[in-house]
Amino acid sequence: MTPIRFSSSSLREGRWYEYLIRFALGGAATVFTGLVSSRYGAFIGGLFLALPAIFCATATLIEKHEIRRKREAGLAGERRGQMAAAVDSAGAALGAIGMLAFAIVFSLTAEISIAAAFTGASFAWLVISMAAWYVRRKARSVRRVRTEQEGSGSSIRRSR
Amino acid sequence: MTEYVIRFLVGGAAVSAFAMLGDLLRPKSFAGLSGAAPSVALATLGIAVYQHGADYAALQTQAMIVGAIALAVYSVVVCHLLVRAKLRAVRATLLSMVVWLIVAFGLLIFAGGQT
Repeated sequence: MTPIRFSSSSLREGRWYEYLIRFALGGAATVFTGLVSSRYGAFIGGLFLALPAIFCATATLIEKHEIRRKREAGLAGERRGQMAAAVDSAGAALGAIGMLAFAIVFSLTAEISIAAAFTGASFAWLVISMAAWYVRRKARSVRRVRTEQEGSGSSIRRSR
Repeated sequence: MTEYVIRFLVGGAAVSAFAMLGDLLRPKSFAGLSGAAPSVALATLGIAVYQHGADYAALQTQAMIVGAIALAVYSVVVCHLLVRAKLRAVRATLLSMVVWLIVAFGLLIFAGGQT
């Protein structure tokens, strides 16, 4: 199983305008949520706290970086770029479970203590996201081993 | 006006911080977790608590529960559009926004009908 680690290669590949785009989209999403809340109320506004506003930019950048990397190696890279963005979106699906935990913990604790709500909700996001990722990883590796064993078992039977 | 400038700056900084964290982390599936980080939520809730109090922020996070379920569905749809329909990332993510809106408002209407 691949260990979790830090790598600065993506930061080196990034262009300044890409960071600017993400900053602007993040800022715009926050302003938009504020505008919806003041126009339609806190409840409808709250829905947009989970809006995948910058996901488009992030996935596009991942795809672009992968294509650029493959082109430098003399390959097309379009399919590889799509797959890299797909892996990122699979991770985001697991992160959404963490976000669900964040919202539940915050809504339950906000009226008791705001500091506890922010700390507890952030901690819940981190723990649940990581646990979901770990469980999925473990399930995939177990499935892979089982498939390999079934494959080798059938080839042994065939050879008999 | 000042309020929206502050919202823009705080939101932009929070989103950028989580996005950079995602750039640094490996493997990519783990880095993807930061794609669903509550960055906009942290910025917005901080301002909401300061302006309107804890009750207002708690109400917002109740609706956020529905939004988070829609986000999970959205991410799975994006993944399938990229892998199976072989769409480019920009098209897959923008088309899936329709799914997020349908799921989010559908669940909200359903939850409203139950209460």
